[in-house]
Amino acid sequence: MAELKLDSMDGVQYDVLREIGNIGAGNATTALASMLQVKVDMKVPKVALLDFQALPEILGGAENIIVGILLTLSGSIDGMMMFVMERDAAHSMVNMLMGQDVPLDAEFSEMEASALQEIGNIITGAYLSSLSDLTKMYINSSIPYIAIDMAGAILSVPAIEFGKIGDKALLIQTEFGEKATQVNGFFILIPTLKSYNSILTSLGL
Amino acid sequence: MGNMVKVGMADMNCCHAPDAITTLGLGSCVGVVLYDSNKKIAGLVHVMLPDSKKINNNENKAKFADTGIDEMIRQVVAAGASRMSLKAKIAGGAQMFAFNCENEMLRVGARNVEAVKAKLFSLRIPIVAEDTGKSYGRTIEFYPETDELLIKAVGKAVYKI
Repeated sequence: MAELKLDSMDGVQYDVLREIGNIGAGNATTALASMLQVKVDMKVPKVALLDFQALPEILGGAENIIVGILLTLSGSIDGMMMFVMERDAAHSMVNMLMGQDVPLDAEFSEMEASALQEIGNIITGAYLSSLSDLTKMYINSSIPYIAIDMAGAILSVPAIEFGKIGDKALLIQTEFGEKATQVNGFFILIPTLKSYNSILTSLGL
Repeated sequence: MGNMVKVGMADMNCCHAPDAITTLGLGSCVGVVLYDSNKKIAGLVHVMLPDSKKINNNENKAKFADTGIDEMIRQVVAAGASRMSLKAKIAGGAQMFAFNCENEMLRVGARNVEAVKAKLFSLRIPIVAEDTGKSYGRTIEFYPETDELLIKAVGKAVYKI
């Protein structure tokens, strides 16, 4: 079994994790596109090993206000899956889904927050089921939880999980959409270290 | 106005008036300010986890409530504060996502706050003010000149404790 060490990952391990992000986010993006009936592009996934201090920077700095939808994972893979959007993009997606035209800087109503949770549920479900197919591993996810707050505060939740094993967080991050179309955001898969090993093993590494 | 000293996640630092010290976007982590009103020196530690003894990789002292506060005391005293006059103000420890609490992994905010309070109590450092728990993130700024802790949260007016 290939033992994954956070500080000494080799190129092959990075490539495999990036490919997981590619397949998972590819399916999720497709699900989002068909739900909103728009074209959504996806960027090349990034696999990053980050210090805690650097973590909020990937989402525009610690005080940037974002919408985060989080699911906890259990089964053969433990960890968390996050779907993160800028507030404007979240509004614009909800508007498309609900056929409304609420200003992008408004507060989210209960109904809108619920719609966002459902968007999160469907597309993270698409991500996770493709990951499950690929690895032949059973992944159980929680219901989606939503928070609209500062990036630093939202990311403290996964960071704390990683804090139990080290001073860095390993994440597979995929950006989708274009800022111009207001349908954009990130998928972030944050398995525990043990689950990274299980994933790599299941793929024969 | 002095400079603003920044403290990151699982990090700590000290400052003297007129400088101030800040940490951005506290979520389930807890920001612990230890200060000496007379000397106008303050230290801030951004604690992520309650207990270093339950974790194998515990070299980063600032990460834990127990070792973080011990080390913070050492640093503010080294910077000139008097151990006997140290007081504390704390903020953070929110539950960012509205989980039903069956999942212990997600209740870490509350556990962080409990651990910080227990540690300060055992060291006989009084907690002068706190703004903890609830469900939102906080940015905090401490001004040793006035002993005020400024708290900013999304959608709320800035307030002082």
